[in-house]
Amino acid sequence: MTHLDLELKQIKQQVLEMMSLVRSQLAKGKDAVLTFDKDLVHEINANENRVNAMELNIDRDIENALALYTPVAVDLRFIMAAFKISADLERIADNAVGIAKYINSVDTQLAQKNLDKIRFTEMYENALLMLDNVYEAFEKEDTKLARQVFIKDVLLNEINTNAAYIAIELIHAKPEKIHNYLYLLSIIRKLERVGDLAKNIAEELIFYVEAKVLKHHPKETE
Amino acid sequence: MTGSEELIKEKKTIIEARNVNVFYGHFQALKDINIIMKENTVTAFIGPSGCGKSTFLRCFNRMNDYIEQFHIKGEILIDQKKIYWKSVAVEELRKEVGMVFQKPNPFPKSIFENVAYGLKIHGVKDKNFIEERVVKSLKDVALWDEVKDDLKKSALALSGGQQQRLCIARTLAVEPKIILMDEPTSALDPISTAKIEELLFDLKQKYTIVIVTHNMQQAARISDKTAFFYMGDLVEYDDTKTIFTNPKQEKTQNYITGRFG
Repeated sequence: MTHLDLELKQIKQQVLEMMSLVRSQLAKGKDAVLTFDKDLVHEINANENRVNAMELNIDRDIENALALYTPVAVDLRFIMAAFKISADLERIADNAVGIAKYINSVDTQLAQKNLDKIRFTEMYENALLMLDNVYEAFEKEDTKLARQVFIKDVLLNEINTNAAYIAIELIHAKPEKIHNYLYLLSIIRKLERVGDLAKNIAEELIFYVEAKVLKHHPKETE
Repeated sequence: MTGSEELIKEKKTIIEARNVNVFYGHFQALKDINIIMKENTVTAFIGPSGCGKSTFLRCFNRMNDYIEQFHIKGEILIDQKKIYWKSVAVEELRKEVGMVFQKPNPFPKSIFENVAYGLKIHGVKDKNFIEERVVKSLKDVALWDEVKDDLKKSALALSGGQQQRLCIARTLAVEPKIILMDEPTSALDPISTAKIEELLFDLKQKYTIVIVTHNMQQAARISDKTAFFYMGDLVEYDDTKTIFTNPKQEKTQNYITGRFG
């Protein structure tokens, strides 16, 4: 195994660890919304520093690998993908923090029937599944699995589009709860953003493995 | 396809190899090589030692003719002329196709005489013409400012990097169409190497350059096209950007990423 191989292996491991932590941050966000557990919010905020530190470590190792080993071809594509993926993961983690922040802002727990109406759980579980897919796809360099993320993103976009109408209905029905419903809509918006970022990760993975650029093109979903 | 790749496609073909097979006795050094090179481009030949890249380079000015048991099958055309035809004057061919070697090899003569040498052996006697050409060649290799006050000094007193630029100037003085370079910077320090690499960029405006290099990053930096050879086969020949970002052949990828073998 060459020195570069060892560096790449280490960077891959770091990205997988960061994915795992970010996934857990997002999952805690869901639990925090459903259980109105403010301790979880603290936990998410505390872990945010770990996510940021991981991103900085990956950036540093990538900078070193570029400077010392001048990778080319598949190695260069991997490095470029890892660099972008770690930035995407950091932004997903920011969204998890943002979702958790709303728990501190709303006065009462969001009603389960309203969460169901806006398809909160369905959307959230799909977003988490997208992260599971990219984790496994990145670990196994499985682009078929990565492509499954594109289908799931379509569902997230659909739920997001409908969410605005549902939020308006809820606000009309109970205008005094307008803050809660606006926060709920904001959470849906953040999940839609998480979906976009997971999709970016899948695109980067496909670029790395297949040297295909899918960004800004219609997706092949298989 | 980028703009520069389109431009290369439109350029005139200056070197063409058709089904070239080269043998040293029973050993086959090159196997059925087909390639087209365009004028005013830099083509890099890469591959492990013994892969045939230097042998192929030396076919273009028939430098292999001196090697015992060397024989070639197939055709090599320079500017559409078959260079292995019996009627070809090899000395004339070498005027058209100059060569720069791995180690700088200036003659034990003055700087001026080194550059003027090629012209003199080709029968040029006009002193003014020779002087003009020497100055122009030294300017073309960015050596003029460093040696203009010392043209009578022995070339052997120059640094390695200066000697190599002098050898390139000696090649340019006879105005070749093609310059072959066999690892021209492998014996030089990074600063001298950078100067030669910059020089190549300027020279390709006037000349076609074919360079053998073991330095992958050098091939990536300076060439328009890259050919990867392995055990006498031309494994892959493509735009340099493609070879170094997305090579089509696994062997190429393994070689350029340092995983070969």
